Amino acid sequence: MEGLKKSVLASLWFMFLTLPIMGVFVNTIDKSVTWHLDRVLYVGAAAFVLSYLWRFMLERKERGMKAEEQSAVEKVTLLNKLLANPKFFWPAVIAVAGFAIAFPKLFSMYQVNVMTSALIYVVLGLGLNIVVGLAGLLDLGFVAFYAVGAYSYALMNMYWGISFWVALPLGALLGALCGILLGFPVLRLRGDYLAIVTLGFGEIIRLVLENWAEFTHGPSGISNIARPEFFGLAKGFMAQINFMYYLMLVLVVFTIFVVNRLKNSRIGRAWQALREDEIACQAMGIDKMKTKLMAFSLGATWAGMVGVVFAAKTTFINPASFTFLESAIILSIVVLGGMGSILGVILGALVLILLPEYMRDFSEYRMLIFGATMVLVMVFRPQGLVRDVRKKIDISAVKKALGGVHD
Amino acid sequence: MINERRTVLQVKGVSKDFGGLRALDDVDLDVKEGEIVALIGPNGAGKTTFFNCITGIYTPTEGDVNIDPYGGGFKRINGMKPNIVTELGMARTFQNIRLFPSMSVIENVMIGCHCRTKATFLGAVFRDPGTRKEEQETILKSYALLQELGLDQYADELARNLPYGAQRRLEIARALATDPFILLLDEPAAGMNPQETAELEELIVSIKDKHKISVLLIEHDMKMVMSLSDRLFVLEYGREIAHGTPQEISENPAVIKAYLGEELVDA
Repeated sequence: MEGLKKSVLASLWFMFLTLPIMGVFVNTIDKSVTWHLDRVLYVGAAAFVLSYLWRFMLERKERGMKAEEQSAVEKVTLLNKLLANPKFFWPAVIAVAGFAIAFPKLFSMYQVNVMTSALIYVVLGLGLNIVVGLAGLLDLGFVAFYAVGAYSYALMNMYWGISFWVALPLGALLGALCGILLGFPVLRLRGDYLAIVTLGFGEIIRLVLENWAEFTHGPSGISNIARPEFFGLAKGFMAQINFMYYLMLVLVVFTIFVVNRLKNSRIGRAWQALREDEIACQAMGIDKMKTKLMAFSLGATWAGMVGVVFAAKTTFINPASFTFLESAIILSIVVLGGMGSILGVILGALVLILLPEYMRDFSEYRMLIFGATMVLVMVFRPQGLVRDVRKKIDISAVKKALGGVHD
Repeated sequence: MINERRTVLQVKGVSKDFGGLRALDDVDLDVKEGEIVALIGPNGAGKTTFFNCITGIYTPTEGDVNIDPYGGGFKRINGMKPNIVTELGMARTFQNIRLFPSMSVIENVMIGCHCRTKATFLGAVFRDPGTRKEEQETILKSYALLQELGLDQYADELARNLPYGAQRRLEIARALATDPFILLLDEPAAGMNPQETAELEELIVSIKDKHKISVLLIEHDMKMVMSLSDRLFVLEYGREIAHGTPQEISENPAVIKAYLGEELVDA
């Protein structure tokens, strides 16, 4: 009842606010005023329904959180439960893999191209996930490493004719190197300060690329970057695009494999501990600088690597592809998907990159819907689409092992 | 008997200034092998600052902190990073519990093993036999420590869901996982009832004997301090006002004055 009253008030307030814009039309030529009160009523009705729905959802969420606190057990969502079940997990993986492999056969070239870009963002998201999700370092200049990778291939190809396959590991290496170089002075900072400085670093790289015209061709960018040669297998434009897609697919699988292993290792544990309490972490003998630097440079490695792929895919790059907006989108992928969760980040990347792509029909409202989606997800699922669940240590196996020794 | 033992931790003339405030003033302290030493003093006397100074969280303004874990001569550790100090064998707990709240209990202890294990990035990715063996040993060692401190039934739970007393014990388990030669406990009995305190006392003695380590503790519970420790050091306003056996300290007029005020001494 209380909620109903509040919703009525909200809708009245909205009607009042929108009255001058929606309800009154002044015709300055024949000096007449037309009233469209019906439109105001529509606004009121919509505001009422939305506000009621909003309140209802918020209440439900709070009740859920309270229940979780009381039971002191981590709530396991249906999705996580399904994933933990091997009977579901493996068929699901096989189905997804089959779909991914058959994708170029099933869909048009345009779709394949879009999917390849989405996969690039999946890898970028997973890379940033190491830094933000696992180690808890807020990096707003991640795109700088992506630019380093892309430009390293473009420039090396332009000046020395270095091939894609050589540039791929070199780009990754350069990314890692930049990560370390930036990391040394910056990682003494914490939280907000770190975010601001990384933001600055991202801008510095972009501005250097933009203004060092004799070396990087400045804002006009580098064109005619060689596409990768797939050992003479890919002949023709179509085959090239399909091969690019498969290459990205392989990189995605490789990234998932590495990130997953890192996450459940000694280093992953140290990252998690560092995220939770830095002082306790140091007091337990973990080298803060080394651990953070490792996270930073590993994240940068992936960015550098897909940077090379990006340059080869588009065959043209300029500094405008590496603005702060890119960093923000990659960060949104990680936060929206669920910090630390690999599946979450993949879903986040697909949603955030494919949704705007397929919503080109409503291109005027695209950014509006994008923003609204972000707000809704953050309000109702602050932990992201998929909550990160760490792999548990198998206690019963430990007991068995110890039992064999002692009892 | 005590005199024959080797000194493992020796602190000489340590001072610490915060701006114009001298939080510690020329404090001396030493801990011998296998000894339980207590550091007491009224609130704000600088006990935790002292801990922070010798574990590398603060760098002392003056003085020396020397350690000699294995009889190979003293090593000065002033100004070393906390993680290096821990690697050298000084493990501590915190006054306000600092566990890793959303990691499981056993993982908390495994973090303590971090500085004694070596798996690198490549090891994590390839998961070679050496890395797997090390991981398995880490798990077994951590579980054994949990058993020792009576926490094994909680192994799988998140650290933040543990009862208070168990969280205190978990901090000790985590510190022990770093294979220390000396355990520094910052008010381990704070907020415990008399029965829990008595249990803790037994626990500390048994840990000391089993792991052959020394213990330096800060504590307010006088009953516990008097029965547990071999020697005591008393701080007041950053200065050391007394040290000696529990018997000597309980009769020391300066200590009584510091704790109970002037008039009672006269009375």
